[in-house]
Amino acid sequence: MTDDSDHDGRVWLGTPAFPEAARSALADTRLRHNLRHATTTIRAKRLDATGEVPHWEELREAGAAIKRRTTRHLAHYLEQLEANVTAAGGTVHWATDAAEANRIVERLVRAGGGGEAERHEVVKVKSMATQEIGLNEALAAAGITAYETDLAELIVQLGQDRPSHILVPAIHRNRAEIREIFAERMGERGRAAPADLTDDPKALAEAARLHLREKFLTARVAISGANFAAADTGTIAVVESEGNGRMCLTLPETLITVMGIEKVVPSFADLELFLQLLPRSSTGERMNPYTSLWTGVTPGDGPQDFHLILLDNGRTDVLKDTVGRQALACIRCSACLNVCPVYERTGGHAYGSVYPGPIGAVLTPQLAGVRRAASLPFASTLCGACYDACPVKIDIPEILVHLRAKVVEAKRDDRALPTPEALAMKAASTVLDSPGLLGVAQRAAAAGGRLTSGRGGRIRRLPGPLGGWSATRDTPPPPRESFRAWWRENREER
Amino acid sequence: MRIGLFVTCLNDTLFPGTGRAVVTVLERLGHTVEFPRDQTCCAQMHFNTGYRPESVPMVARFARVFAGYDAIVTPSASCAAMIRDNHPVLAEQLGDAALREAVADVVPAVHELTEFLVDVLGVTDVGAVFPHRVTYHPTCHSLRGVRLGDRPLRLLRAVKGIDLVDLAAADACCGFGGTFAVKNADTSTAILADKMTTVMSTGAEVLCAADNSCLMHIGGGLVRLNSGVRTLHLAEILAATEGTR
Amino acid sequence: MKSGSKENSPAADRSEADCPAGDRAAGGATADSRAVVLARIRAALRDVPADESPEDVSVPRTYRRTVLPGDTVALFAARVADYRATVVRTSPEDVARTVAVLLERRGVRRVVVPDGFPPEFLTRTDADLVGDSPPLSVRQLDSLDCTLTTAAVAIAETGTIVLDTGPGQGRRALSLIPDHHLCVVRAEQIAPDVPGALAGLDPHRPLTFVSGPSATSDIELQRVEGVHGPRTLDVVLVVTAPSGAHP
Repeated sequence: MTDDSDHDGRVWLGTPAFPEAARSALADTRLRHNLRHATTTIRAKRLDATGEVPHWEELREAGAAIKRRTTRHLAHYLEQLEANVTAAGGTVHWATDAAEANRIVERLVRAGGGGEAERHEVVKVKSMATQEIGLNEALAAAGITAYETDLAELIVQLGQDRPSHILVPAIHRNRAEIREIFAERMGERGRAAPADLTDDPKALAEAARLHLREKFLTARVAISGANFAAADTGTIAVVESEGNGRMCLTLPETLITVMGIEKVVPSFADLELFLQLLPRSSTGERMNPYTSLWTGVTPGDGPQDFHLILLDNGRTDVLKDTVGRQALACIRCSACLNVCPVYERTGGHAYGSVYPGPIGAVLTPQLAGVRRAASLPFASTLCGACYDACPVKIDIPEILVHLRAKVVEAKRDDRALPTPEALAMKAASTVLDSPGLLGVAQRAAAAGGRLTSGRGGRIRRLPGPLGGWSATRDTPPPPRESFRAWWRENREER
Repeated sequence: MRIGLFVTCLNDTLFPGTGRAVVTVLERLGHTVEFPRDQTCCAQMHFNTGYRPESVPMVARFARVFAGYDAIVTPSASCAAMIRDNHPVLAEQLGDAALREAVADVVPAVHELTEFLVDVLGVTDVGAVFPHRVTYHPTCHSLRGVRLGDRPLRLLRAVKGIDLVDLAAADACCGFGGTFAVKNADTSTAILADKMTTVMSTGAEVLCAADNSCLMHIGGGLVRLNSGVRTLHLAEILAATEGTR
Repeated sequence: MKSGSKENSPAADRSEADCPAGDRAAGGATADSRAVVLARIRAALRDVPADESPEDVSVPRTYRRTVLPGDTVALFAARVADYRATVVRTSPEDVARTVAVLLERRGVRRVVVPDGFPPEFLTRTDADLVGDSPPLSVRQLDSLDCTLTTAAVAIAETGTIVLDTGPGQGRRALSLIPDHHLCVVRAEQIAPDVPGALAGLDPHRPLTFVSGPSATSDIELQRVEGVHGPRTLDVVLVVTAPSGAHP
């Protein structure tokens, strides 16, 4: 296992370990209400949208297979993509890490057309890759202002907040909070919100439309991510709802697309699959309002200067792990977040990563190193809802358990003495590998349980790390007679 | 048919009544049950918490102890899923050809109790009588691990006198998750609270499931709240006759 | 949770420690980075047999077996309407009148008409017709009420129209900036499903899939129609077989 200290610049783990971060989130009743409302809504919509497709399971199977094919032959498809984008008039760049990607973008923005004033502003389509590399912060340090144009990203940016969901970064905010953010902050970055702004979602959307209109019409440079890139044609796909994506992809002179290397798919025809899987899984719609596909540069239509940045930033480390690499199939639909019992209670910030929820719990430790995200593989009940919801059948519980073993292994390597947990596990495995010792332990526990149980014969408080369990649950005392003791008396000696 | 009972370490130690109930039901249906005494644990806790080397002896023991049985019946969906999904993975990872073979031989014979009753024995009415209001929680490993589907409900519906009521949001996790309940106690408790609310709103006297681990967690919370709802493994309902409980 | 400098700093600081000196030269020697990334990928995939070809990884295509709905045209109309777009069925003879009625109903005074839009569809409207050659500026487009287009193909199952900038559709900005988009679709253009539609499209043209008016679900995951793209979408569905429906 490599030293994780060289994994800075990947997904920003800056929060305490998950259990502590979750505790503060759980104490926030408004947050919990917002999350419950939102996840309940989207879960029902997703079930409707996937349930009406009779061959949904076949689509998932094919999606998984295409991603498997791509992953196993990634270099081949990336080279093909590069050749086809270049042939169509685009320029392809490769970035080994966040810092390099940010430098390339910065250089391209400065070279982008337009007058001096516009040169320092860019409009952005929502993109996980640029979140991951901290692009906005890097551009700000270079004197370039990036305007997020997706409604939820706008809410997060104006609120000086962190995104907490892959698809709906402001899912932790309710309409009243959003109204407040718009009313207070829009004026600082452009057209102010109307004085009589209400918290009606329609009014809030209208305020965003007016606020961003001028930015769209004057922007010289846009930055986007990519949902898919077809290797055989060089076609890039951006899937969106509001039209902010179309504005950014169509109106500026220069378009810079930052794309994780795992987003490539073999062929244009394969989009027939992903354009079904993604919208139904993410927003629970048959189709999202707008999908833009473009191939290089089209004379007389749209940006005449197109750059595609292929980003590694840890993905090749994920690729090394034959179990963990299936996480690279993720199409960022966020269905796993919406069905996760843990995410529903804690929200996304507790994961300390731009990739929260179940997929984050498997991607973040792989991108940032298991030592830096040691609590995340354990932030799951292993209920399996994520696996069932995943449109490309990523076996998230399998990867979680696999990464848990890596965390335990890393702790073994790092410490001279075993952790208390490791000692307890070792002791338990010794007992559990011996029917004789198990019988002794059962008799001892039965005696001890009767001593510690209180009124009603229940154990109300357990020692040490089990205190968290007994804080809210009673435990039955071990019975006088184990099953094996009963069997001996009633079946063997009969 | 030679039937071996894998009672599981949790049931053996804390819920022996569940093991006795499985024996009762199978004997009532005319079968002889064996309990291989050298059995211990499926290693789920160790495996799922990341302690793979420590899991290996238990996996090897399971394959050794249960070799040769036509059917291995267990009253735990969770342990059945562990054996089916992960024993082969561990054996494969270890690269031990003998273990791999032993595991491959024994795994197909493993049945969760309701699978065994419905699929192998072909019965849904096991002659039980249980005149109480009952609700059923499909645990995650019942639902998505071994995929029991409606087998437990078909068995419960055939119980005489039972008043079976639906549980809202039944497929939602209860928040147990093994060591998750200890490592992430606060989150586990928050998930549990919602499960308890739906259970209590059914007005059921008894909450049943195919896993005592989840029931211990939900039941522990229900007792703490003095809710009046008791938890019972569904095997114990299937074992009940006129006059019991 | 606020974005603290603690979390953000690593992104900028990481560079020196991690990569071979080669790909670091002069702030973006991407030729080297290309080699580095490709080498990392190949090293990471050592477990893939050298003689395995991409096609060796099989992809089951059974999903293509289309479950054809009884009436593709009716399905398309219903699914477009589900997005709260307006769908009006009309006969080929009646398109001009239908277009005129819809423009009138929306109070459209000035409408963009792309090159190649069938002139016979325009004979009944009183609105000012504005062409796009030479190309209109974004400001000019922003001052117009509506854009008329045809479509390249449509998708019944998802209620989608696809524009490929072909004749009658214009460049992408046309159907984006004015707040009202009126699209004329012929029934023969409707593919049953997404695979059927993609098969007929040219990837080298810019493609825009439009499913209803612009919308967002970003506030409490509740869908709201109308954000940056056109807030009104009217679809005129031209059905050759006689049909009783009129606006």
